[in-house]
Amino acid sequence: MNFEEFAAKPLLAAAGIRVPGSQLVKDASDAGNAFGKLGPCVVKAQVPTGKRGKAGGILAANSADEAQQAAAKIIGMSIAEHTVEKVLIEQQASIANELYAAVLNDPASKGPLIMFSDKGGMDIEEIAENEPQHLLSLPVDIKAGPDKSQIATAIEPLIAANTDFKDYNASDLADAVANTLVTLYRVYDDNDAELLEINPLAILSDGELTALDCKFVMDDSALVRQTELTPQGTPEKLTGRELDASKLDLKYIDLGGNVGVLANGAGLTMTTMDVVTHYGGKPANFLEIGGEAYTKATEALKLMLGNDNIKSLVVNFCGAFARTDVMTEGVVNAWLELKPDIPIFFSIHGTGSEEARQLLKDKLDMQSYDTMDQAIQAAVAAAGERNA
Amino acid sequence: MIIRNHEKLLVQGITGKQGSFWTDRMQAYGTQVVGGVNPKKAGTECCGVPVFASAQDAASKGCEFDVSVLFIPPLGAKAAASDAIAAGCKKVVCLTEHIPVRDVMYMMAEARDNDARIVGPNTAGLVTPGECFVGFMPAFESSIFQPGNIGIISRSGSLGTLMCLNTVQAGFGQSAFVGIGGDPIIGTTTLDALTALDNDSKTEGVVIVGEIGGSMEEAAAEYAATMKKPVIAAFIAGGSSPPGKKMGHAGAIVMGNRGTYQSKQKALEKAGVEVLKTPSDIGAALKASGLSGL
Repeated sequence: MNFEEFAAKPLLAAAGIRVPGSQLVKDASDAGNAFGKLGPCVVKAQVPTGKRGKAGGILAANSADEAQQAAAKIIGMSIAEHTVEKVLIEQQASIANELYAAVLNDPASKGPLIMFSDKGGMDIEEIAENEPQHLLSLPVDIKAGPDKSQIATAIEPLIAANTDFKDYNASDLADAVANTLVTLYRVYDDNDAELLEINPLAILSDGELTALDCKFVMDDSALVRQTELTPQGTPEKLTGRELDASKLDLKYIDLGGNVGVLANGAGLTMTTMDVVTHYGGKPANFLEIGGEAYTKATEALKLMLGNDNIKSLVVNFCGAFARTDVMTEGVVNAWLELKPDIPIFFSIHGTGSEEARQLLKDKLDMQSYDTMDQAIQAAVAAAGERNA
Repeated sequence: MIIRNHEKLLVQGITGKQGSFWTDRMQAYGTQVVGGVNPKKAGTECCGVPVFASAQDAASKGCEFDVSVLFIPPLGAKAAASDAIAAGCKKVVCLTEHIPVRDVMYMMAEARDNDARIVGPNTAGLVTPGECFVGFMPAFESSIFQPGNIGIISRSGSLGTLMCLNTVQAGFGQSAFVGIGGDPIIGTTTLDALTALDNDSKTEGVVIVGEIGGSMEEAAAEYAATMKKPVIAAFIAGGSSPPGKKMGHAGAIVMGNRGTYQSKQKALEKAGVEVLKTPSDIGAALKASGLSGL
């Protein structure tokens, strides 16, 4: 789950990392009042996406009127398909230099990774691609935690070699940055972050390190134990059916095609979509009922059939943990109840498949295809005919 | 990570609905289950074996085990895995999905510090056809699993099952099925499994079943180019998935240019591994491999 700047920065501040004074505003008429408290400020769109500045979602204001006008301009604006509903009004900062700092979950080292760059304020993917010598990756032993002096020793050469920092004592600055990185790690660790990033981590004209932006993504699997924080987060933007599915604890993704896909397990569901595409069809959705959800076939099918674009349906079950007889019974029940006017094609194998095939024959007078490919080819062909 | 029938298994969470259901099946197939764990039911029996308060309690009472399997809910998995490792267990199979990644990383550190191996999390398990299995795989379905010479590695349980089915339909059997799990951080990678199968005397060829997200298939491809045995083919799920969305598995996500289908396809093809358009094509690839079938 994403946490926008306004929700992430207070976590940094509470841990002792300096952030500019700010106020969150949802109504442009409150912006002038915020200016009165904060003085010259920056009005920043709060949306769960990057590149806000380029989209015109960040504007400076030097008077109460300007603040109000900027807020009025930004609220309601659309940035990368997100409509701006609120802005963060933040004190202007006098930036001397910019750094980059982040902590994230790293599959390669199977542990936390601290990242630092002496080139802050830029797209870090570009730095990694074009100037990797400016990007430092420091794996952390999760049991021991980060070692401040080790971090300082690692980053000092980068600072010393960069002439932008010639006015600083490299060792002192490295110590201060290491201090901030260790604090950042603590915030990451306490809040189950999968990514916590400060870009830029600015050195202001007073010489102090300050977080001018912050990106915080919480590990979705940890939402259940971070209940105090989660109301501050921005849930993934879901369409009607995706939202209905999430209420049933099912994962549904709209894909825009006309061949409905119902399978068990993430791998088999993706594969069914791939093979529909391979045979020239367009999958309508990702919808899986694997794992503990294998008893939810009826609900899943009802949800899927709410999509009028669907011209045919392929049901692809390969039972391991999920019993195909239980899943097939769910599909059959929904089918008999709704009596949909679209063709359906089955491929059923694995745990419980004999019972499942019998059920299909008895209740729907239908047969499972011998292979997944046959069922999918039939569904693709049927969708094509019904489009014509 | 190839399971053998001389290995003794402890089942953590044995008394639960799934724990007891699958323990019955594992025992019926030939897996040596020597005990189970449930702190609230210590001293009782389940599936014909004693139940202990913890893995360490089992070890202290003389119950020897080589492998532990976790039928444990997400927030209890870290403690359960740590318990098994503290009890001296060197192989932990973690079936649980949706464990917070912070906990997974801690489990990985525990395993590293104690020379233990974790398979998973979010794996469907391990099968050695004709010998035994651990987890929730339909090892007992003869249409899906037959003893043979093909090693199969899969991130997904359901798709791995389909690939095993296709293998048997093509007239081949499996030396081992290694489910490595669908999480972004896992204890046993595609490369680890590939290395083990390369060194396994019963395995003559390997099939890799991967999916979008991460870079495990790319790392495995480098090894595939140098290994003793052929990688007969690979299938990568998710080529038609939209970027930026978690496709059911927490690990199956394309972010920017990372974790793409194209990157994996390119790496595998460069290593001389055929990347299948559909899992059904494995039959033709196996028949063309020159290896002997059932």
